[in-house]
Formats: sequence, C-alpha cells, structure tokens
Amino acid sequence: MTEEIIIAGFGGQGVLSMGKILCYSGVMEGKEVSWMPSYGPEMRGGTANVTVIISDERISSPILNTYDTAIILNQQSMDKFEKTVKPGGMLIYDGNGITRHPERKDITIYRVDAAEEAARMKSNKVFNMIVLGGFLKIKPLLKMENVHRGLEKSLPERYHHLISLNEEAIKRGMEIIQEVYQPA
Amino acid sequence: MGELRLMKGNEAVAEAAIRAGADGYFGYPITPQSEVMEYLMAEKPHERTGMVVLQAESELAAINMVYGGAACGKKVMTSSSSPGISLMQEGISYIAGAELPCLLVNVVRGGPGLGTIQPAQSDYFQSVKGGGHGDYRLITLAPASVQEMSDFVRLGFELAFKYRNPAMILSDGAIGQMMEKVELFDPVPRSKEILPWATTGKTPDRERNIITSLDLDPKRQEDFNLKLQKKYREIEEKEVRFEKIQCDDAEYLFVAYGTSSRVVQKAVQLARSRGIRVGLFRPITLWPFPSKEIFAMTEQVKGILSVEMSAGQMVEDIRLAVKGKIKVDYYGRMGGIIPTPDEVVEMLEKKIIGG
Repeated sequence: MTEEIIIAGFGGQGVLSMGKILCYSGVMEGKEVSWMPSYGPEMRGGTANVTVIISDERISSPILNTYDTAIILNQQSMDKFEKTVKPGGMLIYDGNGITRHPERKDITIYRVDAAEEAARMKSNKVFNMIVLGGFLKIKPLLKMENVHRGLEKSLPERYHHLISLNEEAIKRGMEIIQEVYQPA
Repeated sequence: MGELRLMKGNEAVAEAAIRAGADGYFGYPITPQSEVMEYLMAEKPHERTGMVVLQAESELAAINMVYGGAACGKKVMTSSSSPGISLMQEGISYIAGAELPCLLVNVVRGGPGLGTIQPAQSDYFQSVKGGGHGDYRLITLAPASVQEMSDFVRLGFELAFKYRNPAMILSDGAIGQMMEKVELFDPVPRSKEILPWATTGKTPDRERNIITSLDLDPKRQEDFNLKLQKKYREIEEKEVRFEKIQCDDAEYLFVAYGTSSRVVQKAVQLARSRGIRVGLFRPITLWPFPSKEIFAMTEQVKGILSVEMSAGQMVEDIRLAVKGKIKVDYYGRMGGIIPTPDEVVEMLEKKIIGG
C-alpha cells in the first residue's frame, strides 16, 4: 500500500498540522511516511500545501506531481491541484468559498463541509480534524487507536486536554462527508 | 531499537548533535536551515549536557568560534545555507590548514548570490573542490533522508576526529524541511578526554601545543602540504561510501545524491515499468568520490545519466571516473525546481538510450 496525498489550502487552516498528525499516526501504525511542505514566500502569500506519503515500503521521492488523493480547502488550490489527481484517484474538498467546483469525470469527488461544521462545533481550530475524519472514512488506512497516539505525539502536552475534542471532530468529519461524483 | 520520532531534517541534525555529545554549536540564522538553531535553543542542551548553543553576530563570527572550539579539542559544529557557507569559506580553509576536526552542515539553496530559498545542489563544487583557498579537502557526506541527517552528524564527527579534518554534511532545503520517521541513536555523554594536540593550557609535562595554519618557511610549508595530501589519499582509500539500488541487472545507470536520488528512485521504478533496465548509483561520500566503483559499472552499463539540481557539477567527477569508456550525460533543474521522475525518465531515453 502506498497513498500519495496533497493537502492544500490557506495558511492558518491547519493544513501542515493535519499532514503532521496523519504522518505521526502512520508512524504509530508502523508505516513509512514523508511530509514535504511548501515553505518560504509561497506560505507568506497565503497558500499552504503539504505532500504526505504513507506506505508499507521505503518511500522514494517525497516530491510528487500527481497524487492518489487531493484534499483541497480553497479556490486557489482547486485551480492548482484538481488536475494533479491521478485518473481513478479522488478529490476531497470543502465547499466553503469554492466558486468553481471540481469538473473532472475520471476521479471520485467527495465534499466535506468542514468550515460549516467547525462553526457548529464552535471551534474553528478543529476544522482540519473534521477534514481528516472525512478522508479516513473514505480511506481507512489507519486504525483510530493509532490516530489517537498520533495526536498525542503531534500535540504539545499542554494541548493534550484537547485530544478528545479533536477526536470528536474526526468522528463528525466521518459522518458528514458526502460523495458528489463517481465515475461510471 | 532507538526512539522513533517524526522530525524535519533540520531538527534531526540538532537532536543528533545533542545525542552525539557535541560540546558546542555556533550559528547564524538563514532559510532553509534556521530550525537547527531554533530546535537547539528550545531544547536548552546546556542544562542537560553542558553543550553550548550560541547565535553569533554573523557567519564569520560563527565559523571562527568553531575554529576556536576545535582548537581546544572540542566537538563543535555550525550549520548554514549556501550564502552563509560562502561567508565562512576563509574560516573553513584555516580550519583545514590547522588540521582541526569540526562538523559543518550546508542546507543548500539555489544560487548564485542570494539566489532563492528553495532547494538546490549547486554547492557541490564548493564542497568537494574547496570553496576556500589552498589545497585542502572536506570530507563531504550527502544525506538522502531525514534518517541520514541524524546518522551523518555522528558519522561526520567520527570522521572529523579520526582524521583531524573538517567534515561537511551537504544537504538541501528539501531534506532540511521535510519530515520523515527517524530512529534516533542513543545519546552519548560529552567527552572529557583532553586530546594531546589541543590547546588547553600548557602543563609542565609537555611542550606547548601550537595551532596555526601559517608557516612562512617554504620547505616546512611544502612538507606540511605533502602530509595533508597523504592524509587525503588515506581518506580516499578508506572512507568511500555509496549505495547501489537495482543495479544488478542494469543496462543503464543513473547517478544522483541527496534529494535528486529520491526522485531518481521513483524514476527507476517508472522506467522499469516500461521495460528499461536501469539502476541508481547513489554516492554517499561526495568527497572521497566513489570513482573506482563507478568505473567498475562501465563493465556492465551502456551509459550514465547524472541527475542533479544544478547546471551539472557532479557529472564532471563521473566523467573523470569513467575515463571516456561509456557515454555520460547530465540532466538537472535549477533555481529551486526539483526534477520530476517523468522528466528524468524522458531524459534517460533521449540523452542516453536514444543518444
């Protein structure tokens, strides 16, 4: 198993930390992982993205130009990364702020309205965990107990009291994700 | 099994320095390697091991602090990125000329000049041919993973002390910034040993120790250079390191190090799925360069493509190693762009197989 993922959105949405939690959970499950962020001026321009690879085998290139899964959290990222999903792959997006919805006919498309759900949960900070939950529902690559351990490892101890809230958000994401398009 | 962590390459360097029992780190911030000092400052190793971590006022100050610490026989290091390493060249030449051990880490970004903060491999010449003046060499290690960023800190210090010569970890912005799983080695305490050559204050039972790179007597200066060269030949004999991936049945060969070698591993898979039997030769020591081992591959392969994030620097050493026996060409990207596996396979087909 090798899953090649791009997570892309605005800086501040928790794109990089979502990738980190996914990777740490992978480490806890005994997988090989890599986390390759965009850095520097790109980030200061307001967009952030990270390439995450989770695999049973030694990972070759940590830098990719096509992906099994694209998790897209703003319009700029939709414009940039919709075309990079491998045929037969999948795209997950949050509809909030999206003016041009995905149009590909050779990939499966899911929508997870995490921004809306985070507002309902009265915590903007769990936005990225709702998205992560949606992803893990469609691709159950990792056991929830390892996601829990991944959260423990990723978050500084002073935030450990928030782990249960994060897990609640992951569960909400699993419930609200919807299939939008499935190729024939 | 050692402790498993998910870390950035830069953080792994910092953690490994503490665990290797380093006495001091002196640096000046520059993207994309600032996490090395940030991590050390946050960890405050001085409170645990006594290791000094100091932000100097400039790169020049940092490398001269390394020079001073090394002269006292201490395990000292610095890290920087391309423009900062250029500023340090005078000090590096002096350290090599004074035969002192130390560890230098270059997390390379694109150049020339201030260039870009994105990853590149365009400091190959600077590291392996001598960026400073005089006939000296740097032991140059090229990590291709976060794991090796950690492991090569320990190895770099070992080699530096074994040969009393500066060692360089030549990394790049991609490996510095990316996170991977690292198995950390168990910490060793800082050494209390007083090395016989170190300038630690004269005691009645021995002569004065003098650390200098200056000798105005031509005969003595030439003798010293000959001694250095003898040491370099010994290092070339004993310390070559490399990895061969899918080379057993290879008809063609990629040579790549660091981040490029990761991209090329994917290119090898891609090419083999199209029926091209190609392997990867990954130099781990860039100096000493695995010339003999690359020459040996000419018995087996029809052509070599060097893949680098530069205008083609290592390809010169490959050509020297191959002695014109087979075709050698280069493909690379610059300015912070990382080549893609598809591009690399296309160039193998165009420049080596078809060419």
